[in-house]
Amino acid sequence: MTAVAEVPATAASRPAPAPRRKPIRPARVVLHVFLTATALVWLVPFVWAVYTSLRTFADTSQHGYFSLATALTFENYQNAWEQAGLPHYFLNSVIITVPAVLVTLLFSASVAFFVSRFNFKVNLLLLMLFTAGNLLPPQVIITPLFRMYLLIPLPDWLSNGSGLMYNSFLGVILIHVAFQSGFCTFVLSNYMKTIPHELTEAALVDGASVFRQFWQIILPLCRPAFAALATLLTIWIYNDFFWGLVLFQTGANRPITSAIASLQGQYFSNQNLIAAGALLTAIPTLAIYLALQRQFVSGLTLGANKG
Amino acid sequence: MTVITDAAENVAGAGVSGSRRVRRLTGRDKIVLGLMVGIPTLLHVALVWVPTLVSVLLSFSSWDGIGGLATIKFVGVQNYVTMFTVSPTFWPAVQHNVIWLVFFVLLPTPFGVFLAYQLDKSIRFTRFYQTAIFLPVVISAAVTGFIWQTIYDPDNGLVNSILGTNKPGVAYIEWLGDSHLNLWAVLIAASWKQAAYIMILYLAGLKGADPSLREAAALDGASEWQTFTRVTFPALKPINIIILVVTIIESLRAFDLVYVVAGSNGTKPGLELLSILIANNILGESSLVGYGSALAVILLVISLVPILSYVFQTFRKEQQS
Repeated sequence: MTAVAEVPATAASRPAPAPRRKPIRPARVVLHVFLTATALVWLVPFVWAVYTSLRTFADTSQHGYFSLATALTFENYQNAWEQAGLPHYFLNSVIITVPAVLVTLLFSASVAFFVSRFNFKVNLLLLMLFTAGNLLPPQVIITPLFRMYLLIPLPDWLSNGSGLMYNSFLGVILIHVAFQSGFCTFVLSNYMKTIPHELTEAALVDGASVFRQFWQIILPLCRPAFAALATLLTIWIYNDFFWGLVLFQTGANRPITSAIASLQGQYFSNQNLIAAGALLTAIPTLAIYLALQRQFVSGLTLGANKG
Repeated sequence: MTVITDAAENVAGAGVSGSRRVRRLTGRDKIVLGLMVGIPTLLHVALVWVPTLVSVLLSFSSWDGIGGLATIKFVGVQNYVTMFTVSPTFWPAVQHNVIWLVFFVLLPTPFGVFLAYQLDKSIRFTRFYQTAIFLPVVISAAVTGFIWQTIYDPDNGLVNSILGTNKPGVAYIEWLGDSHLNLWAVLIAASWKQAAYIMILYLAGLKGADPSLREAAALDGASEWQTFTRVTFPALKPINIIILVVTIIESLRAFDLVYVVAGSNGTKPGLELLSILIANNILGESSLVGYGSALAVILLVISLVPILSYVFQTFRKEQQS
């Protein structure tokens, strides 16, 4: 974060569309040096964690962590995976994330359809309510929510045997849906407003019900927005730490992101294992991001710009 | 968390013709519409807004959470008095939240804006720069905590290894243990994410801005600093507000990273935050529901300032149309 002052009047004018090669300008070089340096600094924590995770404990305890590795191995990953029983927690994450993403999208699309295609007086109020709710810090509501979850009975098959909303996958899924639908409703309603009314009017003339207009006309047209939001939601919900921590009594039901904190103390006795465990947890989100980078960024910015 | 700007322009046209359409709805259509909006709204209100209001009510009560609801006692402002005068952790937590916010506003946020402004120039390798810098945003705050633990570890961490301060008795810096240092150490880790997050949001704003403004200013001989402060920045008022709201909200929500770094029970002197105090009240042995709610109300009141100003500014235009 240093070289801030070193990027002065970098070519204030955009390059004219000249057919010949642009001359190398010193300001551009400085800019590239600065950006490369920043990018590298930003990568250092990752590189350090990866490097640590690939070394054996014997190697690092003999030579220290800040040394050249004698050998690189995936042993730590294997140990973290097996000793801490990570597959179980990954499965928990899937059980929570997949339904939460799908239901959030369905719910948000329904509300967005309502507020964007019809002109009811409550529309604005609804949007404000959802948007404001989405911005609240989760800790504001956790104390009563926690008590509420302890009071709501659920059949055993829905509650992991606890008989309560507390400690159940359903409880965590629902709070994700409730929170995330705020953001998604807003984004989708902006998106749907850009769909011409003529389309649904034509369907209306043909006698299509409201539900058919929603399901067969509007939803298919929102596919790009769904792709972006699904990517974003998957990463957010998978990355959730707080709900998974507070709303489960036992570690066994927690999703991987929350579980990793308690596993650390129990199973990961050295830095090599901690680094391997942390990176294993990060792999799904990193993979999604690198594969669907465009969707992810456009999801973030769909909200920041006009639909 | 993400925030959204107004799409007032998109509303145009939805108004007049819409009201005509409503009348053409059949009874069945109305039921379907009612369910479509009713179920999600009910869930949202029941799980977000009802607890918020209950929090306010419970903050004036005393309840250990063990006895039934009948054992809840009304105690007036007792919890607030305890919080303000007796509690050893409340004021440090407020102070740390304020430091967090000021730090975010002064360093990572402007740096993120600066990066976005540089990356918006048509330069080569911009994809690589963006991907590399943005990676921290994609991983969870909890994992961020673990990664930075391997950097701050007093014996084996990267920082102490480089500085040579990993020798107990001689030179030994406990970055996450020392209560004068740990908040700053955590803030650096948090900035790693925050700057990248702001960068991508601002970049989206810049991409949406009219490039001819910037070009015109340059043609008129404005320096780059002048172009940014007098032309680009004022033209991006909506995105500036989003950035400000994101920064404030993220400062108030800070939790995961601190909780992980603070170790097994989630607290460490020097790292108290309002969010941490509230969570510990629930996770700890003795749960004081009334007191925890009072803490939540303080957090709520502070959060409502940015939330309401954001919501009203976003929807004002739509209301007018």
